[in-house]
Amino acid sequence: MGNREVEIDKFILAVVVEEGQRDRVGGCGTPVFYAENQEEQDKIATYLARITSGVIHDLENGVYIIVRH
Amino acid sequence: MPGAPFAQAMFNGVVIGVLIRYYVLKRDYRQYPSYPHGVLTHLSLGFIAAVIGSIAIPALMEKEFTAVTFLALAATQFREVRDMERIMLLNLDQTSLVSRGADYIEGIARIFEARNYIVMFTSLLVGGATYWGNIFYGWLAGILAFLFSQKLMGGKIIKEIAKIREGRVHFEGASLYVEQIQIMNLGTAEVRETYLQRALGVIIEPLDDNGRATLANNGQRMAIAYDAAALLGIYKDTDTGEFMPILRRDLDTGRVAMVIVPLERDIHFLIEAVKRVPVLESAYVTPLRSSIGRKAAD
Repeated sequence: MGNREVEIDKFILAVVVEEGQRDRVGGCGTPVFYAENQEEQDKIATYLARITSGVIHDLENGVYIIVRH
Repeated sequence: MPGAPFAQAMFNGVVIGVLIRYYVLKRDYRQYPSYPHGVLTHLSLGFIAAVIGSIAIPALMEKEFTAVTFLALAATQFREVRDMERIMLLNLDQTSLVSRGADYIEGIARIFEARNYIVMFTSLLVGGATYWGNIFYGWLAGILAFLFSQKLMGGKIIKEIAKIREGRVHFEGASLYVEQIQIMNLGTAEVRETYLQRALGVIIEPLDDNGRATLANNGQRMAIAYDAAALLGIYKDTDTGEFMPILRRDLDTGRVAMVIVPLERDIHFLIEAVKRVPVLESAYVTPLRSSIGRKAAD
């Protein structure tokens, strides 16, 4: 498999978080997007997932992560 | 001194060899090898194998020993067939929506190599039998060799190592489950709704410890996902990774659950498709054949 492309694998590409849950995300390195409400959060996450070919995962605390698998 | 029987033996061997190559060159639902060029490549190689195989015994009888060294040369050639198939399929795998995986590809490549040896072996017997006896003996030898090799090459399918049944797809919070086996965490209500409406779940229960060990192989699971997706279609594009068919294992029981979002939502045919997936040579293991495996099983 020597000629396979190198890809970013199992990597958090972006974090989408509801405005009220700001404190639940910290650190740096991964872009964080803030959303007004859940509807907007879903929309931003879907856009980002389509653009990056990532998958949206729901941490069930108001934080979504976009991961490249 | 090559005479009439020599020519007859060679001709007979080549004809039967090429016919057999054509017969085993099945173009099935996987649409592989592609028609017409892939088929032509393999027929030509089959022809070479048949020529080399059919002259070996007559040449030996005529004391033309150098001719036999061609057999060794042929073996090298056919190893290249395996490389050729492997490289091509690996390249194609990168652009397909659901990939076959390296194990499945290795299995296919190995079959292509082995089929050339079958042709060579058959032509060898046919050539020899024709040279000794007559054309009738040659054909008889060809049929026997063919039947024998069919028996030798018949691989297992999933149905023989596991029981397959439908599994209920549901969510607990954001986690997708097929019955009690967790598949993955999925975000956004829209995606979850799509899954609930369109997805199908299948539970693959190994019949014994051999099957359990085989289903644990990741390459085998990729092969199942690939065949299921190829047969039922897949509700997915390059930018929707969340609809990738996924197989996960229940660590306690060794059962494997698959979730797939097919285009044709028909559980009956999905189960049939999974049943017919070949058990990969590289994945098939038999711990029950060892005494340690047998004792550990109970």
